[in-house]
Amino acid sequence: MSESPNAIFSSLEINVDRLMEPLKKKKEKIPRQRIPGQNPEDRIHNFNEVPYGFTPEVAILEATRCIMCKKPKCVDGCPVEIDIPAFIKLIQEGDFLGAARKIKEDNALPAICGRVCPQEDQCELVCVLGIKGEPVAIGALERFAADYERNTGRVEVPEIAPPTGKRVAVVGSGPAGLTVAGELAKKGHQVTIFEALHKTGGVLVYGIPEFRLPKSIVQAEVDYVKSMGVQIKTNAVIGKIQTVNDLLKNGYHAVFLGTGAGLPYFMNIPGENLNGVYSANEYLTRSNLMKAYLFPQYDTPIARSRRVAVIGGGNVAMDSARTALRLGAEEVQIVYRRSRKEMPARIEEIERAEEEGIIFNLLTNPKRMLGNEEGWVTGMECLKMELGEPDSSGRRRPVPIPGSEFMMEADTVVVAIGNGPNPLVPNTTPGLKTSKWGNILADQDTARTSKRRVWAGGDIVLGAATVILAMGEGKKAARSIHAYLMGKK
Amino acid sequence: MNEILRKRVLAEGVVEFDIDAPLVARKRKAGQFIVLRINEQGERIPLTIADAWPRKGIIRIVFQVVGKTTEHLATLGEGDSLQDVVGPLGKPTHIERFGTVVCIGGGIGIAPIYPIAKALKGARNGVISIIGARTKELLIMEKEMARTSHQLLISTDDGSYGHHGFVTDVLKNLIDSGTSIDQVFAVGPVIMMKMICKLTRTHDLPTIVSLNPIMVDATGMCGACRVEVGGETKFACVDGPEFDGHRVNFDGLIKRQRMYLDQEKVSWEAYHKGKQEEHSRLGE
Repeated sequence: MSESPNAIFSSLEINVDRLMEPLKKKKEKIPRQRIPGQNPEDRIHNFNEVPYGFTPEVAILEATRCIMCKKPKCVDGCPVEIDIPAFIKLIQEGDFLGAARKIKEDNALPAICGRVCPQEDQCELVCVLGIKGEPVAIGALERFAADYERNTGRVEVPEIAPPTGKRVAVVGSGPAGLTVAGELAKKGHQVTIFEALHKTGGVLVYGIPEFRLPKSIVQAEVDYVKSMGVQIKTNAVIGKIQTVNDLLKNGYHAVFLGTGAGLPYFMNIPGENLNGVYSANEYLTRSNLMKAYLFPQYDTPIARSRRVAVIGGGNVAMDSARTALRLGAEEVQIVYRRSRKEMPARIEEIERAEEEGIIFNLLTNPKRMLGNEEGWVTGMECLKMELGEPDSSGRRRPVPIPGSEFMMEADTVVVAIGNGPNPLVPNTTPGLKTSKWGNILADQDTARTSKRRVWAGGDIVLGAATVILAMGEGKKAARSIHAYLMGKK
Repeated sequence: MNEILRKRVLAEGVVEFDIDAPLVARKRKAGQFIVLRINEQGERIPLTIADAWPRKGIIRIVFQVVGKTTEHLATLGEGDSLQDVVGPLGKPTHIERFGTVVCIGGGIGIAPIYPIAKALKGARNGVISIIGARTKELLIMEKEMARTSHQLLISTDDGSYGHHGFVTDVLKNLIDSGTSIDQVFAVGPVIMMKMICKLTRTHDLPTIVSLNPIMVDATGMCGACRVEVGGETKFACVDGPEFDGHRVNFDGLIKRQRMYLDQEKVSWEAYHKGKQEEHSRLGE
């Protein structure tokens, strides 16, 4: 294992004033700073993180680009309303620890959000600098501050209010659950998280690959939440070992459900149960959570493939394709039924996948999967598509071109077309109302469900969304739960 | 961490553990299973809960050494702990008073059929059990099965004990003798369950089987365990593990179970190489 490039922070002496000197005059001339990272040729052979992050010097330089708007739009663009100009100001001044603490007032998981948030659609989208040029690299700065704090070992436990004597059960330890737990622990409530898997972090550990979000960082953020007094029970499948009603009966004053979008969708086309056909959830869980990429040092196997086809155009599809490459596949293809413009993946992720040599088959849809006598997938029959009228999602509907069938060879297929809500908790919780798709219905402002003393948030409510939206939901729920527990309703 | 409180070797390569798992013991019902992981590098494997003592907080599992993980598991003893035990998972067996039921367990499948037979007897069914193994030495849990059955029939493939032949033959004889049967439960190797279902289908005997596909999370999140039932894809971990045997695509299941054969061999060989190196190191 190579040492993190961030480790240099702790030994660096920075003369901030000297650095700032030439910059103060010509602010507008500083271009947006690029984040260095591994070359595509190298990185496809390892699972290490791709971008290295800013050095202190570059971080200060980038921070200096911020013009400190009086009415900062970036804050409105942030689902958890981080005081962005304030933390950037602290970075400008070289107070990196102060910057990290400023972010943590609103976001308990900055090292994670700095990496996986779609900033280009949020804070950076509305940054004033973006109108004429390029927005401030807010995400990279957030990551920098959080990494600096963690790498210097100076993570402080926030101030915890005196114990209230109230107990809260949080079901699921993903971004929503961790946020609720952290927020309520700060208010002095006694919080227990119940996690079904053996590791804490939900989608952050089973879904997002190491090369995009190192698991040591997730662990550090989990440890931070634990340091606030939150208890975590792993291997606890709520709905099986205890129901929500059991929790409410057994002394918990409130329950938050953040069980995520843990039900993989399949295409429902012939041949989908052939060997070598995976849901993205399975493929990524094997690799990320079970560390199948270290097989046989780790026991869990995963297909070692030559030609991999990944169906879908979202971040999960990109993660699956890039994982396949790192597992040694010679050729990896993305198969997506719309055009590049409609791809839901972050542009950054699409670009990284392209740099790594992943082939994009756009306007293409599989019709059936074909296999050999042993039941292994050998390829897919695909159809070319064209875009028709916009559908209910506002995107132009893909329409098959008659007679355009063609064969695509593949010994592994990963289906990454989305996930539905996991039904385990709704099915075992009488009185909990769900939508026709199985999402738990929760109030938009308070995250309250139809069941008394039960709140819900994250993907189980929103459908598959993003880490930061789940955290935003978690914050809303925490506010409402706190008000309820303190008798304010 | 869950401690192994008691270990018994039931037959060559077949081991029984009593494990400390109070919450699971309290909640578990017949037909449900756990997922365990030996250590940090371990894979998650599903195993049926063969029995449980809720007040003592103990569950029992029985497993056969078939690969690296089960071989490693068999080296553990009383006082050792398992890194993870999750459960109870899967839907419980649907238990009602059917009338006369036949419970069939083949090989290691006797362990999962036992709690089903016990629950059925508890629901005042007439329980006829058929258990079989390759040879007498490999036949497990005969005493327990005798206790939970009104009638116990035994077969061995080599004729070393009981009827010479397969459990299917014993069931066929039972049907041919005119015994009235209301419901059949069968657990064992996939090929056995397939043959049983072929037989019971011709006699219109409703048959429930318990499937054991490869699983990872076992909470419905990954779909590794998907099986085709009545032309539809089901997840054995949350929709099962028990299904109407007459609607299961057993051939598909057999193929899916073989998905990682090559890598299972690699894993097993690496394990043995590691053990040999350790031995020679200790020898020096």
